[in-house]
Amino acid sequence: MEQSTAVVFFTGFQLRDIWYLAEAAGRTLLISIISITVGSILGCVFGWMLYSSKWLGAMTLGLVLDAFRSVPLIIQLILFFNFFPIIGVPLDPFTAGTFVLTIYTAALVANVVRGGIEAVGIPMRRSSRSLGMSYWQDMRYVVWPIGLRAVFPAWVGVALGVMKDSSLVSVLGYVELLRASQILITRTQEPFIVLAVAGAFYFALSYPLSKFSARLEGKWQS
Amino acid sequence: MEYTFQWRPVMRQLPDLLEAGFMTLQVSILAMILGTVIGLALALVRMNAPWQVRWLATTWIEVARNTPALFQLFFFGFGLGAFGINLSPFVIVLSGLTFNTAGYLAENFRGGFQAIPDTQLKAARSLGMSASQSYIRIIIPQVFRIIYHPMTNQMVWVVLMSSLGMLVGFRELTGETQFFASRTFRIFEYFMVTAIIYYFIVKIILGLSKLIAWRLFRY
Amino acid sequence: MIEVKNIHKNFGDLHVLKGIDLTVKKGEVVCVIGASGSGKSTLLYCINGLEKIQKGEVFVNGVSVHAKGTDINKLRQNLGMVFQQWNSFPHLTALENVALSPRIVKKMSKKEANETAKKQLIHVGLEDKLNVYPSALSGGQQQRLAIARALAMDPEYMLFDEATSALDPELVGEVLDTMRLLAKEGMTMICVTHEMSFARDVSDRVAYFHEGVMEEIGPPEQIFGKNPKSENTKKFLTNIR
Repeated sequence: MEQSTAVVFFTGFQLRDIWYLAEAAGRTLLISIISITVGSILGCVFGWMLYSSKWLGAMTLGLVLDAFRSVPLIIQLILFFNFFPIIGVPLDPFTAGTFVLTIYTAALVANVVRGGIEAVGIPMRRSSRSLGMSYWQDMRYVVWPIGLRAVFPAWVGVALGVMKDSSLVSVLGYVELLRASQILITRTQEPFIVLAVAGAFYFALSYPLSKFSARLEGKWQS
Repeated sequence: MEYTFQWRPVMRQLPDLLEAGFMTLQVSILAMILGTVIGLALALVRMNAPWQVRWLATTWIEVARNTPALFQLFFFGFGLGAFGINLSPFVIVLSGLTFNTAGYLAENFRGGFQAIPDTQLKAARSLGMSASQSYIRIIIPQVFRIIYHPMTNQMVWVVLMSSLGMLVGFRELTGETQFFASRTFRIFEYFMVTAIIYYFIVKIILGLSKLIAWRLFRY
Repeated sequence: MIEVKNIHKNFGDLHVLKGIDLTVKKGEVVCVIGASGSGKSTLLYCINGLEKIQKGEVFVNGVSVHAKGTDINKLRQNLGMVFQQWNSFPHLTALENVALSPRIVKKMSKKEANETAKKQLIHVGLEDKLNVYPSALSGGQQQRLAIARALAMDPEYMLFDEATSALDPELVGEVLDTMRLLAKEGMTMICVTHEMSFARDVSDRVAYFHEGVMEEIGPPEQIFGKNPKSENTKKFLTNIR
């Protein structure tokens, strides 16, 4: 009797495995939050640079950021992970993964931000400047609030996308949610249940935020 | 650490890589076509169908949009394996990408349908067109124009996503690269060349899309 | 002949049509006037079955519009309709706009449909706009395009739903002229309109709608003359003058 429970313990999917997946989901959340936060700040700076500086600077920066949007993330991860040892600074999977995800986020956010600033429109800015606002006042009180509304839903889309794409860091060996479920599948041989639980975790992280953003967008539009 | 880049072996394999690039294009285009058809169906079903069917469509759309593409691929790979359904790597990638694309495009289609004034349908019906004639001839062509740009983005996204094929044993561009790279340990060089190939594939798609739009949308 | 018999129409709690009776004979031009919200546009939608009715019946050439077995698509071919919003199909050229339904509904050959379309576009004075997309046409031209599109189905009746109210003032004339032309050619027409001088000139009869009821119907001399029968008609006409 006791032996048979022990067999189930080692092969079947257990309650404690859910905890194992939850921890992994925590790591997914951690790497996502760091990348999204830092990437968004960088992205705002890049987006503003793309908008305001002309010619060479914008061209080079635009080209580089464009490359990050045109190459699969998985390849970016593999490239950088293998590039750092070449220049003599080998990074662990977490650091390398966070680095790439951050730049990837920045490239996507920069595009969104530039679009947002453009959406504010020159006529409106001219009118605010004519009211005697300084450049920074104009940015702070006119461009920022209006641009935010134009940008926020798209930004949420990017953020949720990065959260989901963080699953790719698993190729570097970092044990986030999806990697953890692969490990569990190997052990339990119950791929369906394990994947269903992992999927539920992702869904629970993504769905509320996407609905919230959609509702906010609807409210702003009316 | 001294590292000498060696590009020659990579260049020798370039024809193989390019051929794998065609495999990437094939599976992407197929997934895009299937995803568009199913996405349109999901959007239509969601607008008017009995609630059970509507619920099914909504679930599809929300799962596709709120879980990672890689998760979806694993599901068609290992997940279905639990029921004794073992798909080939090609079919796994194709069904994963189609599932994802259909979900995203369904939302785009919905927005497109909402953007067409309902007086267009009334005008078509008043001319004696049946409901399906009105949709096929009048409404859907206009919806396609509205969502043409999002569809182009989705096509790019599908190509990028197809690289996940590597992780389920599919020898598309990334999988092929991984295969050569692991044999020669020239990982960086191989993936660098592949990155460039992807970059050009994406640029070609965007260029073609502009060309097609210019031919198609004269109004 | 179009026969409207005691129809009632509700939008939820709103009782829009409260028992309308109207018979329009072949060759007759009837203009319907009244304040907005009085139900006059809804009447047209009920005649060609774009809106369902709660009570009553509509017959077109003896066929009941709202009966179950009626082939509504076939019936609508006989009832051309022009809307307030011109509703040209933006993805088709003027010629394609007009030729489409003859081709797919009446199953004409492409050549035949194009000839029909061309004839009707000439009819409404758009002969130089055949291959132009609607976005390049003015509102008035788009409305004439809509008239040509309806005429291409060779209908016996034409229904006009405030065909000129969404137009810039300077474009109203060309559309009214086209409608006058049709009336002169003997087309049977029901026109919901705010253009009183048009109503006076072309109508055989004018109907005044007030809060879902047809208050009064009669020849234009009666409605626009010194003493319309209903006080409400009088009030309405004084107000808009």
